[in-house]
Amino acid sequence: MTDLKSSSEDIIIRFKDVYKSFGRHDILKGISFEVPRGQVLGLMGGSGTGKSVTLRHVIGLLKPDSGRVEVEGRNVPDLTKHELADLRKRMGYVFQEGALINWLTVAENLALPLQENTKLSKSEIDDLIAEKLKMVHIPDAGEKLPSEISGGMKKRVGLARALITDPDIILYDEPNAGLDPQIARSINELMREIADQHHATALVVEHRLECIETVCDEVVFLYGGKALVHEKTADFLRPTHPQLIEFLGPEARNA
Amino acid sequence: MTPAVPSLAIAKALQASPPEWAPAWLPDALPLAFVAGVLYVLWQLERFREAIGNVGSRIDLAWSALVRVHHLPKRLRWFFEQLYQSGIQNLHVVLLVGLFMGMIVSLQTGIELARFGQEGQIGTIVAASMTREMGPFITAIVLAATTGSALAAELGTMSVSDELAALDVMSVDKVSFLVLPRIAALMIIGPVLTVLCDTIGIFGGGFVATSQLGVGWSQYTTTAISALQEQGGIIPVPMDVYAGLLKSIVFGAIIAVISCASGLEARGGALGVGRATSRAVRDSIIAVIVANYFLTFFLYR
Ligand SMILES: Nc1ncnc2c1ncn2[C@@H]1O[C@H](COP(=O)(O)OP(=O)(O)OP(=O)(O)O)[C@@H](O)[C@H]1O
Ligand SMILES: [Mg+2]
Repeated sequence: MTDLKSSSEDIIIRFKDVYKSFGRHDILKGISFEVPRGQVLGLMGGSGTGKSVTLRHVIGLLKPDSGRVEVEGRNVPDLTKHELADLRKRMGYVFQEGALINWLTVAENLALPLQENTKLSKSEIDDLIAEKLKMVHIPDAGEKLPSEISGGMKKRVGLARALITDPDIILYDEPNAGLDPQIARSINELMREIADQHHATALVVEHRLECIETVCDEVVFLYGGKALVHEKTADFLRPTHPQLIEFLGPEARNA
Repeated sequence: MTPAVPSLAIAKALQASPPEWAPAWLPDALPLAFVAGVLYVLWQLERFREAIGNVGSRIDLAWSALVRVHHLPKRLRWFFEQLYQSGIQNLHVVLLVGLFMGMIVSLQTGIELARFGQEGQIGTIVAASMTREMGPFITAIVLAATTGSALAAELGTMSVSDELAALDVMSVDKVSFLVLPRIAALMIIGPVLTVLCDTIGIFGGGFVATSQLGVGWSQYTTTAISALQEQGGIIPVPMDVYAGLLKSIVFGAIIAVISCASGLEARGGALGVGRATSRAVRDSIIAVIVANYFLTFFLYR
């Protein structure tokens, strides 16, 4: 567990009063939270509360209407194209829908970030691909096209692709969605392991309490466009806040 | 009332001599004022202003592709893939349409020429109009309808399924990775298909000339070939042929840029992809026609 009182320069991700609306729909209405180095922060909230939108701000896919989204102390919307590209090379993003390039095979999808941004040789790249595919339990999927594999497999390829550059900051958008319980457990362990061994900082959007419990150090509950609850995982799962109790349901207290 | 009557009335009115007080330059200025007037009326339409507003982003995209042209060697795989795709997609259409276009030109003008006993010159007319105008133009229309729409759909689908966002996140340059090889491929396949279109059109015209107009095959080919003899100034290729090929290169680039841009901008699920696709085809055809005028203007001044 990370020390809650870590010094301020060790805050890797910081949201400060972030507002975001799409047309007339206000999605984020003043979100603030911080993630220190090496911590895994869970994001929970109802469908459509803006969890994916929050993740997209961290990696500069969306810009806030107001407020600051800082990564390593720098405001992401203020970064130049080059600075943003450099930052992104150290980040991994697991998309909710996989977002695999549909006309590239699984292996080519994994190779892409390496070919574009590193000087690794073909055999080094192949080794890395084999290693990551094994890590997500689909060692034989390399030659398949995304249209030829199942949703849960796509999800895992997306995970492997996000991890292939060994990023320092990882954003997971529902990494467990569509996975069977056994695979989901091992993916959870994998995520925890990456956090512990590489001290990678992570944001995890997830609906499954089991994942929250094994992976996350702390959890934020998004409600009505705000970070309504922000607690250590153990406390979060024994909720006192009425909206959170309603959201998690009765079984949460026994979790 | 036949449609000819109102246009005749307009022509008569335009022919009428200007009143005494009118300055001498007025008759010359009238056509210009007419074009300006049409553009002014169009400008009042929201959609038209929007379309013109898009021109800027298209030029931006073309420029960003141009400054990345040195990336092409590492995109060869996608370049050849696109070349092959667009060749396969369009070959039979271009051949069929080109054949009939040559036949139409031959029949239409042949009948007219026959009235003056000049049908012997039909080869000249068919060869010149196919290579100068019809070949590049028809090829461009077919390319826009088939490959342009496919490009917009392909990139549009990537956009709405977060694949473009994934490329951004992986710091993969979308212009270099997606757009550049497609522009390059269409700039090559355009002239290739145009040559085929020209050729089959001239043959089609010859078929009509011999079967319908009673012009001998050898006379047809002699006149057709001699029409294409005039050498161009820049490269030692017949002027009409190379002007046509130059046009088709530009058309290929226009179609690729507009279709890619339209696909990259697609938002909002399958519906958005559909909109991007039809916009790509429409805008490509408009841009090709407008560019055709200016190219003709500069090439044949
Ligand atoms: N680019 C966009 N343009 C317009 N509206 C958007 C856009 N992105 C998200 N939204 C809207 O913002 C709201 C929040 O979306 P978001 O994807 O963040 O939800 P979520 O919390 O991730 O939900 P889920 O659990 O279903 O994934 C939704 O109502 C969505 O329609
Ligand atoms: Mg989401």
